[in-house]
Amino acid sequence: MHFPNSTPPGSSGAMNLISALLEQRTGQQIAANRAWRIETALKPLLREKGLASLDQLVAQLVATRTGDLGDQVVDALLNQETSFFRDAAVLDMLVDATRALQAETPERKVRIWSSGCSTGQEPLSLAMLFDEGGMGEGLAAPEIVATDVSPAALTRARAGRYSQFEIQRGLPVRRMMTWFDGAGGDWAAKPELLRRIQFRQQNLTADAPPPGKFDVVLCRNVLLYFSQDVRRQVFGILASALRPGGLLVLGAGETVIGLTDQFKPCDRFRGFYRAIETSPARRSAFG
Amino acid sequence: MKTCLVVDDSKVIRKVARHILETLDFEVREAGDGREALDSCMAATPDVVLLDWNMPVMSGMDFLRALKDSGLPQRPKVVFCTTENGMAYIRAAIEAGADEYVMKPFDRETLESKLQIVGVA
Repeated sequence: MHFPNSTPPGSSGAMNLISALLEQRTGQQIAANRAWRIETALKPLLREKGLASLDQLVAQLVATRTGDLGDQVVDALLNQETSFFRDAAVLDMLVDATRALQAETPERKVRIWSSGCSTGQEPLSLAMLFDEGGMGEGLAAPEIVATDVSPAALTRARAGRYSQFEIQRGLPVRRMMTWFDGAGGDWAAKPELLRRIQFRQQNLTADAPPPGKFDVVLCRNVLLYFSQDVRRQVFGILASALRPGGLLVLGAGETVIGLTDQFKPCDRFRGFYRAIETSPARRSAFG
Repeated sequence: MKTCLVVDDSKVIRKVARHILETLDFEVREAGDGREALDSCMAATPDVVLLDWNMPVMSGMDFLRALKDSGLPQRPKVVFCTTENGMAYIRAAIEAGADEYVMKPFDRETLESKLQIVGVA
């Protein structure tokens, strides 16, 4: 089948149905002014399936009634934009905060949840920082759990394999030399780095958080794809996963203000939010 | 405005790099080999040198060694930018004093990221 170079045509009905599928499965919305993303993101899938248009794709989605094609459509539409050491100053501050939390609770390991980790660059960046002495002498590296809604992104994260373009975004060459090996044109994270992270599939809008309480939750550049109502719901899930006084780290431009009273801005670490303590038994040093 | 010296024997690569660097607010100078680059550095030290490996007259590695011995009071940051993408090459460049390493082909994000890492963008 021949495909023209221009994007395949799609009726507004098809676009609406595909948008609705994405929102139903993940809570993510595609703004009307970004509807072009649907055609762009699905073009490779149309080609792979031998379909000429989004209308044909929708017809097949309705006809097959199996989850596989729907999963593939949703995976293709998810924005998996990420890079190593994204907003590096935030990660440095996070290491300081983690060190302080660990000093407060030497009897157990600090636990960090990297939610919406996409293809794994965020948790890998954290693992590198902590392994390179970020915790200081005598303090154990924290436990890192990383989740994403996309099975395809998680498969890539677990493999820790990155293209030449991906490996060069944000990652200093000395760290690349320490933590990655060349792998046939790609770059593969060393097993000892990957072992520091537990990857799990989790849908922030539908699934329970990973088991156990966390001291720090990162949810950066995820909420911006959700409606206000879904953000409120997700804040509830994040709050339930945090220990009282634990820290929430959002992306630049994301805020809890006006959406939830379960978090307050953290006095000590600017830009971080602190889970409201319901019991006075243990006060965090972060104010 | 920061200055970047683009050192590459390919006019096309110099043109592409210049375009990207100018959008990143750099003043751009060009050199076609290591010798020209060294002369340019001696005349006025740039903030950063984007350096190819394989060039006629003087290679990138020879330039790096000569720069070290040049007695310049303030050495520019040096970012290798080359098709030599193996770990052995990367290690050799860093051990010889390069600050960062860009594997060709590169795009705007890659270049901007590496220039941020060396503190000039």
